This record gives sequence, structure tokens and C-alpha cells, in this order.
Amino acid sequence: MRLTTASGRRLVAGIPILWLLVLFLVPFIIVFRISFSEVRLAIPPYTPLLTWRHGSPVLQLHWSAYRFLFTDPLYISSYLYSLKVAAVSTLCCLGLGYPMAYAIARSDAASRPVLLMLIVLPFWTSFLLRVYAWIGLLKNNGVINNVLMYLGVIHHPLALLQTDFAVYIGIVYSYLPFMILPLYANLEKHDGTLLEAAADLGARPLRAFVRVTLPQSFAGIVAGALLVFIPAVGEYVIPTLLGRTDQIMIGRVLSDEFFENRDWPVASAVAIVILLLLVVPIMLFQRLERRELEAAR
Amino acid sequence: MNAIPAAADPDSAYVRIANLTKRFGDFVAVDDVSLDIRRGEIFCLLGGSGSGKTTLLRMLAGFELPSAGTIRIDGADMSAIPPYERPVNMMFQSYALFPHMSVEKNVAFGLEQEGLGREQIRRQVGEILDIVKMGGFGARKPHQLSGGQRQRVALARALVKRPKLLLLDEPLAALDRKLREHTQFELINIQQRLGVTFIVVTHDQEEAMTLGSRLGVMNHGRIAQIGTPSDIYESPATRFVADFIGSVNMFEGRVSDDGADGLRIDCTELGCTVRAPRTASCTRGATVWTAIRPEKINISRQPPAAAGQPGPAENAVRGTVREIAYMGDMSVYLVQIDSGSMMRVTLPNVMRGAERPIAREESVWLSWHGSSPVVLTE
Amino acid sequence: MRARGLFTRTALVLGLMFLYLPILSMIVFSFNNSRLVTVWDPAHSPTLKWYVALMSNEQILRAAWLSMRIALISASAAVVLGTLAGMALARLGAFRGRMLLAGMTTAPIVMPEVITGLSLLLLFVAMQQLIGWPKGVGAVTITLAHITFCMAYVTVVVQSRLSGFDEALEEAAMDLGARPLRVFLRITLPLILPAIASGWLLAFTLSWDDLVITQFVAGPGSSTLPMVIFSKVRFGVTPDVNALATIMVLIVATGIAISTVWMRYRQQRRVRDLQLAALANL
Ligand SMILES: Nc1ncnc2c1ncn2[C@@H]1O[C@H](COP(=O)(O)OP(=O)(O)O)[C@@H](O)[C@H]1O
Ligand SMILES: [Mg+2]
Repeated sequence: MRLTTASGRRLVAGIPILWLLVLFLVPFIIVFRISFSEVRLAIPPYTPLLTWRHGSPVLQLHWSAYRFLFTDPLYISSYLYSLKVAAVSTLCCLGLGYPMAYAIARSDAASRPVLLMLIVLPFWTSFLLRVYAWIGLLKNNGVINNVLMYLGVIHHPLALLQTDFAVYIGIVYSYLPFMILPLYANLEKHDGTLLEAAADLGARPLRAFVRVTLPQSFAGIVAGALLVFIPAVGEYVIPTLLGRTDQIMIGRVLSDEFFENRDWPVASAVAIVILLLLVVPIMLFQRLERRELEAAR
Repeated sequence: MNAIPAAADPDSAYVRIANLTKRFGDFVAVDDVSLDIRRGEIFCLLGGSGSGKTTLLRMLAGFELPSAGTIRIDGADMSAIPPYERPVNMMFQSYALFPHMSVEKNVAFGLEQEGLGREQIRRQVGEILDIVKMGGFGARKPHQLSGGQRQRVALARALVKRPKLLLLDEPLAALDRKLREHTQFELINIQQRLGVTFIVVTHDQEEAMTLGSRLGVMNHGRIAQIGTPSDIYESPATRFVADFIGSVNMFEGRVSDDGADGLRIDCTELGCTVRAPRTASCTRGATVWTAIRPEKINISRQPPAAAGQPGPAENAVRGTVREIAYMGDMSVYLVQIDSGSMMRVTLPNVMRGAERPIAREESVWLSWHGSSPVVLTE
Repeated sequence: MRARGLFTRTALVLGLMFLYLPILSMIVFSFNNSRLVTVWDPAHSPTLKWYVALMSNEQILRAAWLSMRIALISASAAVVLGTLAGMALARLGAFRGRMLLAGMTTAPIVMPEVITGLSLLLLFVAMQQLIGWPKGVGAVTITLAHITFCMAYVTVVVQSRLSGFDEALEEAAMDLGARPLRVFLRITLPLILPAIASGWLLAFTLSWDDLVITQFVAGPGSSTLPMVIFSKVRFGVTPDVNALATIMVLIVATGIAISTVWMRYRQQRRVRDLQLAALANL
């Protein structure tokens, strides 16, 4: 196919590739490089990787940032905690999002766009403000505690804010649309006659769901789960506003190393290790996404 | 086989395709195709799905670069000419009507690219829409049209520029049967009226035979045979063509005699000797296939005259009717012959309620004229 | 069948309540007189005093204006780059760098923001050392960063819209004599315009809303609205933020309402068209 002349093709593909090379790929290489430096009091605050000694370049790889990461228990526990929080939140998102997506996909054609709009609408209003709203709901004299006390369910306010629970709520709340949309896109394509065929062959509804619908929606489940899990691992705003103070997530660690300690090499090493943890999920997501975008034709 | 002179005369070739090949990676979609097309004819490319028909058309239109070979149209080499400068237009299988433009705008699009004046464009668009009987629909959008109407607009859009060559990719495939038959004749009418050279791609052999003054049968990217519809039906060149066009009874055999009065072929599968017209490339002892069309076989309760003689019968076999399918205009008989093979025979239902029709499980004789079998070597 | 319908429908209703409850509470408490934010003061409420306070808050207004400008520029640039990338991926077939481009346009969507932010800042620092540009961090670096992560979303939107269209449309235009640029302007662009528009809106919202990446690449004196809000709410709830949230919800809701009415109108036209086509078949 020759839709454009050779130079036109080069321009169409070349400009975005160049932009992303410079502003997306090269930065990662720089992060990778700095993670092998040592911190120093200068501008920039890290040692160069190449030094000139007797007129020839010498490569100086410092492992100190990584050594630091694996000896100080703070980092390891933060990584594990982040993975746990992301995993639990993803499961909760799936548990809430799947029936919601299913209900939308099964509702009549006229109300589907309205329901989808209702799912997406909060996404168009500020993420930060929506997380902030939960502070008002969850804190000791917040709405939830006040209502429960007024109803006489409890007599002392529950500690809801600055708990794992609050972080789960925050992540599920913020990422729910990202779970529902791919699930809906998948479920909507399902052929209703398959369920009828299953019923015809004697499967009860629950069994038909488990044997027919669930396996078919697997791609949607994976896509939605990755869209929640991957960014949640590095989440910064939600744990900072709603989370515990004694156990922080790795995104916060990175930010603190960088802004508070001004230790760029350790911040970079933290980032590289997050990437290593996420490289498989990210590649999986890209494969799904590519298949989805290319199957549309 | 002498009706059409071989297309060797260079002046008669308006479109000349020479050794055209297209590879996608390792896959050869079009394989060394050479083809001459005459000015003003309707040439039909017939082949199964995936045989490379669309790819061949796309190379003619300029959307695919040939891996090898050349295309000349009216003497001019097309290799370096981009699609938007070729004197060729295409009617796409999906019609590809611009959804955001009205019928008029769609048809006018090609003329606008030539920089014609507004008035002239309006006149030409009006003319061509009248020709395809879409005169009153100029203001409609494509999604406001039925399938048949869209097909007409697509045709008008491709024809309005009066291309030297019009390519039609499965032009009628999306229409239902009745409409398709009607439109076939209309297409021929329009083509004759405008005198544009057509190349029509189709996978439907009936359509190809109705439309085409000549056909090219494609198989796995190669041209298997070129000829008039009757050439291809009556004298298929290969087993593939014989089998692809219409239905056929085909049996392997060995040439036992190569006399002046024709070939004599021993067919064990058939259980009789077949006499057939001579074919140049056959010699004694060669393995060949004999192909006999179902409608060229007689079915009767009595043995044919020639079969009464002693010795193995010639061009006649005995069998039992296993299945009869009534198709309205004709009936199809599946007969198991004594050697065990099945043969297919068709008879026109000339009379209503014939007195004593042949019934299932009846014993019958099948026979055919000595000119009917076609002997194939490949 | 019925039981499951009931279960999923209940989940849907509860889920929607979960999504809207916090927003609703912010709106309600933006009219509350009490400083205590979540304790309703029935004597003096409702009041507009937080709206008044908001409108006289120089810092917030300045930050909002900066965010607005950055979002406008970022969204517009991201639309251009994202459209090019989407066209390359959907229409150019196999070309060198295709895998690279596909990877680099899907990765930013899921990449944890702290990583993107850190890497971009380190890039800007390195660039400044090497070529002396950009001079320090501020509005320029924020805009560059926003363009980069916004274009990924635009690419996806444009690519999926283009894949939904038969490529034969563009080929037909070319077949009828239109040169590539013509084909783009007359056929491709009108067809993907809705996708470009929604891509722009998406990019604008993402840029307007972004905190984490912005924090990394912002400098002193270039505080965007999310940065100001974050510094306010980090240490507790402040009532004027409720007022701000209410205004933003109002703007979005108005926009959505208008577009819904518009879509309804278009849909009705579509239905009429379908009826016409059905008549034509008779
Ligand atoms: N762009 C392409 N890339 C790879 N293979 C292709 C491409 N276009 C066509 N093919 C292959 O070439 C073969 C012939 O295709 P086509 O010309 O469309 O056949 P037809 O039109 O006769 O059905 C098919 O097997 C198809 O898969
Ligand atoms: Mg085809």
C-alpha cells in the first residue's frame, strides 16, 4: 500500500517517533545511567558515569544506590506494601467493576450510553479533588462517622482515614472506570445466543456464566486489571492524602528521595526497580492493546 | 478452439500485463501472470477466495507495487505512475463511498481533482447519475441508500472520469440473487454504451460467464486458463479448471490407442474404454484424466446400441441410481456404476409429468458421445 | 437469570452511588458556613462565602490561569502529534520503527506517574547541561511533559477511529485523482474529526488535572492549579476547595449536557436516515 509518498510517510511516522524518542525513551536511559552514580554535593548532584583519566575515558559504575535499596528494609517493605495494595485494590475493582460492566452490557440499548456516561463523568472532574473528597468523608468527624454516630451504630468515631482501607477506597474509586470500560467493551461484544445455547444444553444460569461468559471475557479482565494494577503500584497522591504514615508506598519513597533527600541516584534506582517489577505487566498490556486496536479493522 | 485468434498481435492488447508477480514476505499472492486485454472488452477474472484476484487489481490501480513484471496501458508503462495519475478507476468491493459526502459530491470528487469548471462538473455528474438510474438521489448521503443504490453510485463515481480501464472488484457480491442477475445485464449495457474497458473480478462462475467476453481463471496466484466462456467450459485446459467451472465427472486412465479416429483410454475406475477426440500432447501409455460434463451423459433403461457387442463396452457403463435431486429446471441423478464409482448426470425436465420417470435404485445405462469427453494431462 | 440480573443491577446502582457520593458531599458542603467543613452549620447555611473567598484568592486564580494556558497548548500540540502517530499506526502498514512507536504510545498510559515525572526532569536537567535549553524548569518544561503523556491518549483514540474506517475510502479518493495531502484534507480529516475533538478534550482534562508529573518538572513560580490545591489539602480539608470542586463539576456537567443533547439530535437524524434507506429497499 502506498498511501503517501515516501517522504510523506517518513514525516507522518517520523515526527511522533522523534518526539517520543527524545521525551520518553531517552529519559529512561538517563534514569538508568544516574542510578549507577553516587550522590555528591554539586550541580548536578551525582557523579558522572564517564571520567577522563590520563586522556582516556573510564567507566565508573557505582552499585551503591542498589546496594542501599536492598539493605535498608524501608525500601523492600515499601515495594512489597505497594504490590500488596495494588493487588488488593485491583481485585476489589474487579469485584465491583465486573458486575457493573455486566449490568451495563445487558441493559437495553437506549440506556447503555447514559450509564457509560455516568461511569466516565467523574473521570472528567479533577482526580485530585475527588480523592480530597474522601478526606471529608472518612476523617474522624467526617460524614461517615457522623452519620453512623447519629444513627447510633457506633458511639466512638472509627479510625478510617490514614488506614489501608482508606487507600483501597481511594484507588478503587479513582480507577474504577479503567476497569469497567475494557470489561464493558468485551462483554458488549458477546453473542447472547451462546448463553441461550448453553441453557438449551441444560446449563443453569450460574454454570452458563462460569463456563461461557467468564472465559470469553478473560481478555477484558486482564486489560482492566493491568490498567488498574500498573499505575496503582506507583501511586503517589492517594496514599499521601488518605494513607498510613507509618508505612508508605514506593511512589512516595521515590518522590521523597528526590525532593527531600535530593538523592538522585537512589531515586533513579528506585524507579528502575519499579520498572523491573512492572516490565512483564506492561508488555502484556501493550500486547493486549495492540491486538485490540488492530482487531478493530 | 479456433474462434478467437491468439492474442499475439500487439496492437490488439490495450492493457498488457507481463510476468507480473507480487510477494508478501514469502507468500506469493500473484505469480508470474501475463495477460493481454483488448480495448472495449469485459474481461472477467475468476478464481476462488484468496487466489490473488484483488491483489492483481490493486497492482493495476497502483495501490500495490509489483514485486516483478510490468503493466502497460495503451502503450504507456505504469510502473512509476502513482494511483492518482493513472488513467484507471476502481470500483471497490466495499464500494468505499465517502460517508460524509452526498451522492453528488461523491461522484463529483474525481472531476474536481481534474480542476473542471463547476458547471461542467454538474452536467457530467447529472449525466452519469441518469445513466445508472440514480438521477433523483443526488442529495442523499450514502447511508440513506439501499445496497443496490450504493452499488450504482459507486459505479457512477468510477465511470464519470471515463477511465481507459475500469476495475470492478466483486461488483455484485453484496447484492441478493435476483438483483444481481438483473444488474449483470445492466452492467453490460452501460459498458457497451460508454465503451470503457472493464476488468471484473468475481468468484461466481455464472456471473463471470454472463459478463465476460473473455475469462481468466486464477488459481494460487497463477492464471490457469484464458479464453471465452464456451472455450473454458467445453475445453478446460487443466483438471483444476474443469472442476472449478461447473461440475464434472473425472476419471483417471491410460491411453491404449492413439489412432486417427481419436484416443482410446482404459479407465479401470470407470470400468469401460473411453473414446475421445485427439489431444496433441497425448501419447500411448500416458496417464490422463477424462472429464465428462453431467449434462452430456445419457441415462436410459435399455443398453445403448453400441454396448450390445461383445468385449468391453465403449463410452457406456451400467449402474444403479442412488439419489435423485429435483432442481426444477432439471434433475440431478447420482449413479453408482458397476466399478463402484459415483457419476453425476443431469437431465432437463422438458415435459411436465413424464410417464415413467427413472426411480431410485433402478438399474440404468449411462452413455455419451465420442466427442464429449475431454482428455486432460495436468 | 432473574437472580443474576438483580445482583448485577444492584451492584451497578451501589457502584454509581459510590462514584457520586463524594462529589455530592463536596457540593453540599461548599455551601456550609462552618469552618469545620463536614459539620453542617444549619444556622448560617447555605452560604456563598467560600465562593466569594475563592474568587478573591489571588494564588488560586493565578494558578488556574496558568493551568488553563498550559492545558490549551498541551492539548493542541498533543492532538497534532497524536494524530500523526495514530495515522502512522493505522495506515502506514509495516514500516521501520512501527513496533517502537506502538510501544512508546501505549506505555505512557499505564506508566506510574512518578517514574515519568522523574525521568522527564532528569532529561531537562541533562538537556540544559548539554545544549543550554530549556533554561530552568517552569511553564515550558511542564508543557513539554504534558504534551508527551497526552499524545499517547490521542494516539489511541485516533488510531481506533481510523481502524474502524475502511482504508478503501482513502484509496478510492486517490484512485479518483486526489494527491495524498488532498486525501488527508478531504477524506481522512473529516472522518476522524470527532476522534480528534474527543482526543483534544481528553488531553485538555489530563493536562489540567495532572499533579505528579507536573510537580517534578515545575519550578518556583510555576505552580499549577493542582499543585496549589494539593498543598492546601495535604494538611487537611479547606472549605474553599469544596467551592472550587463544585464550580469544576458544574462546568463539566454543562458541557456533558450540551453534548448529550447534540448527540440525541444527531441520533434522531440517524434513525430517520435508516428509515429512508429501508424505504429505498422496498
Ligand atoms: N497486504 C497483504 N499482506 C499479506 N498478505 C496479503 C496482503 N494482501 C493479500 N494478501 C494475501 O494474498 C492472497 C490473495 O489475496 P487476494 O488478492 O485478496 O485474493 P482474492 O481477492 O482472490 O480473494 C491471500 O492469501 C491474502 O491473504
Ligand atoms: Mg478479493
